[in-house]
Amino acid sequence: MTEQVAVIGVGQTARYRSKLSVSLAGLVREAALEALADAGLGWQDIDALVIGKAPDMFEGVVMPEIMLAEALGGTGKPVIRVHTAGSVGGSTAIVAAQHIRSGQFDRVLTVCFEKQSESNAQWALSPSTPFRPHFNSGAGGMFAPVIRDYMRISKAPEDIGCRVAVKDRQHACRNPRAQLQLNDISLEQVQDSPMLWEPVRFLEACPSSDGACAMVMVNGKHTGSSANPPAWIHATSMRSEPSFYPWRNEVDPAAGRDCARELYQKAGIRDPRKELDCAEIYVPFSWFEPIWLENLGFAEKGEGWKLTLDGATHIDGGDIPWNCSGGVLSSNPIGASGMIRFAEAALQVRGMAGEHQVANARKAMGHAYGGHNQFFAMWIVGADKPV
Amino acid sequence: MRDVAVVSYAQSPAQRDTGGTTDVEMLVPVIDRALADAQLTRKEIDFICSGSCDYLAGGAFSFVMAVDALGATPSAQESHVEMDAAWALYEAWLKFQCGEIDVALIYGFGKSAPGDLPDVLSLQLDPYYTQPLWPDSISLAAIQAQMALAKGCFTERDMAEVVAASRRNAIHNPAAQLKGEFDASDLLKEETFVSPLRKHDCCPITDGCSVLILASAEKARALCERPAWLRGINHRMESHFLGTRDLTTSTSTMKAAGTLKLDGDKLDVAELYAPFSHQQLILQQSLKLTDNTRVNPSGGALAGHVLMAAGLDRFGAAAREIWSGRADRALAHATSGPCLQQNMLAILEGA
Repeated sequence: MTEQVAVIGVGQTARYRSKLSVSLAGLVREAALEALADAGLGWQDIDALVIGKAPDMFEGVVMPEIMLAEALGGTGKPVIRVHTAGSVGGSTAIVAAQHIRSGQFDRVLTVCFEKQSESNAQWALSPSTPFRPHFNSGAGGMFAPVIRDYMRISKAPEDIGCRVAVKDRQHACRNPRAQLQLNDISLEQVQDSPMLWEPVRFLEACPSSDGACAMVMVNGKHTGSSANPPAWIHATSMRSEPSFYPWRNEVDPAAGRDCARELYQKAGIRDPRKELDCAEIYVPFSWFEPIWLENLGFAEKGEGWKLTLDGATHIDGGDIPWNCSGGVLSSNPIGASGMIRFAEAALQVRGMAGEHQVANARKAMGHAYGGHNQFFAMWIVGADKPV
Repeated sequence: MRDVAVVSYAQSPAQRDTGGTTDVEMLVPVIDRALADAQLTRKEIDFICSGSCDYLAGGAFSFVMAVDALGATPSAQESHVEMDAAWALYEAWLKFQCGEIDVALIYGFGKSAPGDLPDVLSLQLDPYYTQPLWPDSISLAAIQAQMALAKGCFTERDMAEVVAASRRNAIHNPAAQLKGEFDASDLLKEETFVSPLRKHDCCPITDGCSVLILASAEKARALCERPAWLRGINHRMESHFLGTRDLTTSTSTMKAAGTLKLDGDKLDVAELYAPFSHQQLILQQSLKLTDNTRVNPSGGALAGHVLMAAGLDRFGAAAREIWSGRADRALAHATSGPCLQQNMLAILEGA
């Protein structure tokens, strides 16, 4: 018999940007304390700690959970550290939920972070290693060919990426935590920004950020401590595939489709665009919005860009708003970015998303991906307890 | 609690340096062997979880390419911990308890040879107060050993006896790196390396990998004549401030043992992940093991130490004792962090 799991606490650092004056411990505590306050719990109430982050090279500390556990009240408790590349924030949330669903724990604190100001993401994402050739491409260089392939296959108009960028940057202005606050953003401004990795322009790319995100999850029997409504976890799923194999579709990865299919099946969802009220999807480069719209079944193959063009994913007037928080395009502390997606989905169904709240959101999706479009983690949360 | 058992385990030979071999090249034959021993195919695996550390190879995302070792399609339910693969096993065990899976494959791998491991591990310390002093992992262990010796917890001869027993036991372990008949008195004649530790008190540096398969009750009975049932598993963390801990004992181990209601007198075998001889003695004392328990019949980490797999190896070695009928009840232990900062215990039983 498995247990119901609810998110009753969410915490995030005040604003995602370089925080040179705070230690790693200070960074994660800021998010954790806010999550605990939201949950109405203290450190002593927590049974286990689940930490996630992307490569240790971003901060130069090997297995940093070892030195962060005490700052997060983990002394004397089970502590586990997840790392599944860019999807880690989502995977970590799922592992935390499993601690409770398994019946082994009642209250779990999960925290993800990245402090990219400690190093250089471009370097840390592509260092030279002893046993393989050196690409030095960074994430943008890895994904640009995939985007070009999408443009070729879908015959999407060339300005779709820029439109996504404008939309997410407009959304970000409603979220005081978003790093980039570009109040007067325009299509022309994005189009005129420097080309970084053809066809990805500067304003179509995510920034490098510092930040942490935390959640308190509890067994469904123990939601009472929080003054705020819970977000019920309806379904979770994770899928991976290798970076390269001859018949691999990098634009529409099988692992992403499989992951979404399992997720919707578990949550009893047939049409995600109709049945979900909003979604927080991992879009670090603008063109990944149409790519994921198709891969996740919100649109037919080759049609994803039309949703963007029609404004379907915009918080103002869209029928399925994507990334109301401003998304990864507006803040990207890599190891935390997936958890921010999951947490923002929870905030939406709790009615706690502030200015970027989607009216009457009852069901929302969180999504994260990593590696070479190969690691996926997803969840669906709802305002109602799942039946 | 849902019954889960270890049904298969394979490890690569523990080698000082595997040269230019990639992680995938190391893993594929070992994964194949673990699957073949249980007469399973990759498609019958519901969940895969691994443990590794980017800093060993010196490149971010070292586990990403390792996924190649699993085969291409269909996509896998897969996860990874930047910890010893014993914690990957723990993540899988939780998934069993959620009722989501029936067969899980766990793997851990590490190539420590490319870097200077003791220095690499000093980057595990807090970067503000301790890391700038560059205390390496052997020096920190030496401080711990000195404290325990000064307190009279054990003697240098006890430490040498641990090493002699490890190498004697390892004679029967084809994967072991260091093995043979050694006399404790002769070992004590060797010079100290980082006082009070002699070189033989320290685990070797090893490249390698291990693979272990877990199965739920129904599957386990079909796959294995005498499955090694996981009867309890618990892990605990301690502070990273070495000065605030009593390094001569292992409070997190004792706490985990208390949660499991472990009776140190009723274990046939204990496989302890002790990278240094004195740490095995600290663990034995914290667990209140008696002469009834055979410790590290595999030789333990002193006979071969694949960082990120050595904890999983303790599960594998304990399971082998159960499968063979040499033990009915065995303890598997894993550790992480300097001076035994984090510890995991699991009880395995044959019935």
